Amino acid sequence: MSRLQVVSGKGGTGKTTVAAALALALATEGKRTLLVEVEGRQGIAQLFETEALPYEERKIAVASGGGEVFALAIDAERALLDYLQMFYKLGSAGRALKKIGAIDFATTIAPGVRDVLLTGKACEAVRRRDRQGRYVYDYVVMDAPPTGRITRFLNVNDEVAGLARIGPIHNQAQAVMRVLKSPETAVHLVTLLEEMPVQETADGVAELRAADLPVGNAIVNMVRPHLLDEDAVHDAANGRRAAVTDALKAAGVTGAAGLVTPLLEQAAEHAERVELEREQRKALNALELGAYELPMLSEGVDLAGLYQLAKELRKQGAGS
Amino acid sequence: MTLDSSARLEVDPLIDDPATRIIVCCGAGGVGKTTTAAALGVRAAERGRKVVVLTIDPARRLAQSMGIDSLDNTPRRVEGIEGGGELHAMMLDMKRTFDEIVEAHADAERARAILENPFYQSLSAGFAGTQEYMAMEKLGQLRAREEWDLIIVDTPPSRSALDFLDAPKRLGSFLDGKFIKLLMAPAKMGGRAGMKFLNVGMSMMTGTLGKLLGGQLLRDVQTFVAAMDTMFGGFRTRADATYRLLQAPGTAFMVVAAPERDALREAAYFVERLAEEDMPLAGLVLNRVHVSGAARLSAERALAAAENLDEGGIVDQGHGKTGVRDAAAVSPESPSAGHSPEAHPQVAEEPSESKNSRTQTTQEMTAGLLRLHAERMQVLAREQRTRDRFTALHPEVPVAEVPALPGDVHDLVGLRAIGDRLATGGRAPAGAA
Repeated sequence: MSRLQVVSGKGGTGKTTVAAALALALATEGKRTLLVEVEGRQGIAQLFETEALPYEERKIAVASGGGEVFALAIDAERALLDYLQMFYKLGSAGRALKKIGAIDFATTIAPGVRDVLLTGKACEAVRRRDRQGRYVYDYVVMDAPPTGRITRFLNVNDEVAGLARIGPIHNQAQAVMRVLKSPETAVHLVTLLEEMPVQETADGVAELRAADLPVGNAIVNMVRPHLLDEDAVHDAANGRRAAVTDALKAAGVTGAAGLVTPLLEQAAEHAERVELEREQRKALNALELGAYELPMLSEGVDLAGLYQLAKELRKQGAGS
Repeated sequence: MTLDSSARLEVDPLIDDPATRIIVCCGAGGVGKTTTAAALGVRAAERGRKVVVLTIDPARRLAQSMGIDSLDNTPRRVEGIEGGGELHAMMLDMKRTFDEIVEAHADAERARAILENPFYQSLSAGFAGTQEYMAMEKLGQLRAREEWDLIIVDTPPSRSALDFLDAPKRLGSFLDGKFIKLLMAPAKMGGRAGMKFLNVGMSMMTGTLGKLLGGQLLRDVQTFVAAMDTMFGGFRTRADATYRLLQAPGTAFMVVAAPERDALREAAYFVERLAEEDMPLAGLVLNRVHVSGAARLSAERALAAAENLDEGGIVDQGHGKTGVRDAAAVSPESPSAGHSPEAHPQVAEEPSESKNSRTQTTQEMTAGLLRLHAERMQVLAREQRTRDRFTALHPEVPVAEVPALPGDVHDLVGLRAIGDRLATGGRAPAGAA
C-alpha cells in the first residue's frame, strides 16, 4: 500500500472525515501515521475534538492495537521560513523578508510556490527516517484540496518548473514530483452516490490520469442502507394500502391510517434515490477504480464514529 | 418546533423589493450555493424582476439547461421564464475578466506585453484569490451597467468561505503593495534607486528570492510589474469600491448551508464575519433539510413496530381477524387517504392459497416502511440538533429551510421547485402537520 495517501473529494463529501478515518485505519498493529492538513481550516482538530493544531507534529489519537496517529497543520509561510533557514541560515533576514512582504508574496501570491511548500513538507515526512534508518511514519495521509483543484495542487512541477526554471524551488518541485508520481503515492477521491460528486470524481480521475498522477480508490461516503426495493414500493402504493394499514395496526402503531400516505411517500422517495444511486454506482464502476464504501452514521461523525469508519476501512482492506 | 426557535427568512418580500439590487449567496463548498442562486434568479424573474445571475462553477447540466455552458463571459438571456420579468445568466471566466481589465486600462502594445508575460498568465489563471477578485470585479461591472435591477451572485468554491471577502483585498494590496513597488524600482530606474536603504533591502531580497525562485521568475515579475505600472492603484481602488458596494443598503447576503456540522460551523463563522464587516445579512438558507409527514411516529416506536412485525410473520394466524376488525376501525379517519376505498376490495379478494406468502411480504414490506421511517427520523433528529446549535449561537439570524429533493436539479422546472421550497419552507403541502 502506498505510503503517501492523498484524500481529495468534492466539497461536502466528508473528505476530512475520511482522511482522519484512513489515518486511524492505517495505524493498526503499532504502526504510526501522520495526518496532514494543508488548507489551514483546522478541520482535523475539530474532528478529534482537540484545540487548534500548531505547526508541529503532535500525537492526536491512539488506534486499536497500539498504533498512533500524529497530526500536522502545514502552514506555508512557516514552511518557507523553515526552508530558508535550513538552506540559507537566514535568521533575521527572514524576518526582514517577511516585513517587506516577500514571504507573503512567495507563499500566497507566487503561483504554485505555496503548493510546492505544502506538498514538499508532506513528501519530506514520507521520506524521513530515524537514526536506525527506519521510516518515522509508516503512512502519511493528506487531507488535500477538493477534487476541482487537486491535480493542479499536486502537479506543482508544471506550475513551478515553468516559472522557476532553476534554483532550489525548482529542484524541490522536481523532487516532490518524483514522490507524487511514483507508486509511493495514491490519490483517493471521496464521493457520494449523487450526480454532481460522481461527475466531479470522473473529471478528477481524468485530470489525474492525464497528469500521470497515481489514482487510488474511489471512497463512497455516507452510503445509506437500501431498506426497500422499488417493486415492493410500487406494489404497496398500488392497491395494498389497506393491507399495509392492517399490518401497521397489527404491529401496534396507533393512528395507522393517517400514516400510510406519508410512509408510502417516503418509500417512493427512497425508491427514487435508490434508482439514482444505482446509476451513479454504474458511472463510478465505469471509472475502473478500487473502491471503499463507508456507511452514513445516523448520529453524525463524532470521535466514536471516526473509529467506526476506520474499522470499516480496515475490513475493506485498508492497511493490509 | 423548528419554527419557534428563530425567525423565518421571508424570501419573496426580499426579492420583490425594488430596493434589493444585489444578493450574494455564500457558504461552504457542496451546500448548493449555485442551485440556490439560480433558483432565486428564476423566482425573482418570474415575479417580474429583471435579473442577472452570476455563477462561478455551475454543474454542467445546470449550465446547459440555462444555456450558459459556453464560456463567453457575458450574460445570456435564459429562455423559458414565465411572467413579466427576465432572467439572464452568465458563468464567470476569471482569466478573461482579468484580460479585459488589462485591455481596458492599458494601450494595445502594453496590454499585449502584459498578456504575454508568463507571470501574468500564471497569476490570471492560477492564483488562489484571482477567482474571488474577478467575481467581485464582474459584480462591479454588472452593477455599473445598470441593465438589471437585481444581480444574484454565487461565490467561488473557496478553501474557506471567508476567502471571498479576503482575497480581493489581498490581491489588491499585493498589486499595490510595498513589495511590488520595490520590484518595480530597478525596472524603472535601471537598478539605481534614489534611496540607498531601499536598494540594500532590494538587492538582498532579490538576491535571496532570485536564488529561491530562479532569476527568470523574478525578471518575469519585474517586467510584468513595469508593464502594469499605470494600472496600479486601480486595483486597490476597485477592491475598495466593491467592498463598499457589498456594504451598501441594496445588498443582501444569504449564507447557504446544509444541516451538517461543518457546513453550519462555516455558516456561523460567516455570519460573524459579515457582522464585523458591516455587511447586510438577509439570513441563512438551509438546504436539503429532511422532513417527514409522519413525524409523530418516533424512530423508537417505528423500530419497535417493525420488530413486532418480524415476529408476527411467524405467527400468522391472528392476522385475518385483526385485519377485519381494523378495516372497520379505519373508516372514520380514512378520508385523508384517498385510495382506501378501492384498496379494501383488494384485501378481500386475496386468494386464500396465496394468502400466507402475500401476508408475509406485506408484513416484511410494512416493516421495511417502518425501518425507513425510523432512519428518516434519526436523520431529522440529527439535523435538528445541528441546527439548534447554530440557532443558539445566532438566534437573530432568520432561516429559510429547503426540504431535500431526492435527486439533483438541472432544469428550470427543478429550479422553480427549489424556489417554491425556498419561499414556503415546503410547509404548504399536505402532511406537514
